[in-house]
Amino acid sequence: MSAKTIVLEVKNLSMNFGGLRALSDVDLDILQGEIVALIGPNGAGKTTCFNCITGIYDPTEGDILLRSPQGKGVRLNGLKPNQVTELGMARTFQNIRLFPSMTVLENVMLGTHCRTKSGILGAILRDRKTREEEVRVVNKSYELLKLVGLDHHVNDLASNLPYGAQRRLEIARALATDPFLLLLDEPAAGMNPNETIALEQLVMRIRDELDMSILLIEHDMKMVMSISDRVHVLEYGQKIAEGTPAEVGANPQVIKAYLGEEAVDA
Amino acid sequence: MEYFLELFFGGLTRGSIYALIALGYTMVYGIIELINFAHGEIYMIGAFTGLIVAGVLTAMGFPALAILAVALVVAVVYCSAYGYTMEKIAYKPLRGANRLSPLISAIGMSIFLQNYVLLAQTPNFLPFPNLIGEFEFMEDYAHILGSANLVIILVTAAAMVALTLFIKYTRMGRAMRATAQNRKMAMLLGVNVDAVISLTFIIGSSLAAIGGVLIACHTGQINITIGFIAGIKAFTAAVLGGVGSIPGAMLGALVLGFTESFATGYISSDYEDVFAFGLLVLILIFRPSGLLGKAPTQKV
Repeated sequence: MSAKTIVLEVKNLSMNFGGLRALSDVDLDILQGEIVALIGPNGAGKTTCFNCITGIYDPTEGDILLRSPQGKGVRLNGLKPNQVTELGMARTFQNIRLFPSMTVLENVMLGTHCRTKSGILGAILRDRKTREEEVRVVNKSYELLKLVGLDHHVNDLASNLPYGAQRRLEIARALATDPFLLLLDEPAAGMNPNETIALEQLVMRIRDELDMSILLIEHDMKMVMSISDRVHVLEYGQKIAEGTPAEVGANPQVIKAYLGEEAVDA
Repeated sequence: MEYFLELFFGGLTRGSIYALIALGYTMVYGIIELINFAHGEIYMIGAFTGLIVAGVLTAMGFPALAILAVALVVAVVYCSAYGYTMEKIAYKPLRGANRLSPLISAIGMSIFLQNYVLLAQTPNFLPFPNLIGEFEFMEDYAHILGSANLVIILVTAAAMVALTLFIKYTRMGRAMRATAQNRKMAMLLGVNVDAVISLTFIIGSSLAAIGGVLIACHTGQINITIGFIAGIKAFTAAVLGGVGSIPGAMLGALVLGFTESFATGYISSDYEDVFAFGLLVLILIFRPSGLLGKAPTQKV
């Protein structure tokens, strides 16, 4: 483990919305190939943290550093979401944000946008490079849909998929941007226990087969405990604990945050 | 029957021109939810560019159809540059501002462009040479469908097919659709939204430029106000079809063109605009989001 490099390092991250301090002095790090969970009660600032990392918000204070497997480090503060994506980070959302009136395949193909080049001239000329690129994009998208088990639905409209499948499509689309770090915001939300188990296996497979580092926000504690290597806990915008799932589960401060004062004494 | 056909093709021609302009309105609205009131001026600038090119090339003695081709290309390039610049100057700094601000900026842009052409050119009507001429093979049908009308209909049809294919099957087309559906998400997937918006303005302006040159050949005269009038009509067509929807704009433009043509032909030409806008009022009463527009879903 010690030989592994740090992929993402967040230092002293703070985010203010007017007078509200949504995050204060949060530190976070993810090692290459790790699955790290970010947990905390509702309103703890987990999604805000994601939004700062992915460039939707520009953090008030602190540094966000992304290091690619090739060892190139970049400071993400102030970059636009599309630039962050181009550097190799992808994310999914708590509430599903697919393009409803596009097909499943088109949704995934869109993810490859920043890795492809053909522009308006290529579209007019339909030269060999453009056509080859299009074939490559379709093949790659198809492979990803196979990975998440949606290869039988390629031509369905995204809005016609059942809920669990929409979530998996969102993951496939995020993977199409060719990331080395994947951020999942409550991937198991609204799933039944069987679907959650299938999702756990999918997340592990993505980590192992695609050599991915994964940061996830999740409320399903069973899932968090079974797949994550390390867990960070937020409460009221501050980090209150960090460690392996077992360590965090035994931490009195964490139990207090989730269950209240009395639970600790009991 | 012949009279009917004449009106039919007249309506088709009008509808085609409206469609070329309406597409610019609807594409821009679809992506940044802005009614670009300066879009009609781009069309007017297209016509003026065509006139200048035609003047120069006619003096050099080129054949009419070659002049038309060059005039179309130059107008498209020139108007694209205008559309691109307009977005960067007047709308991009206001992105994220209150929705009214870019709207006012658009009206300002429209007034500015009109007066700029007024100063640079002339407030008077200028004759526009008929670059299309009369085709020999059309002689027998000329009373039903003039050659200019034929060219307008064919060019518009080609432009629409090309646009539809572009939007549906290419990488940039996909990015445009995605940006229209959810701009933030498109950004998160690595789509350069600024480039997509610029491209939208360029495509819209190109179509308007084509419309400007073609209609000028058809009507034979232009001045600085043609953009305003055509802009209002095309905007009506876009709203009729459901603003933001590309097939909607095409359909709305054709419906408007046919309504005007048949109503003026069978009833009275004095009431042309009454019928056009009467139809708009009716459709908005019964289908407020337009013929092909999607009703906004309210989340409770």
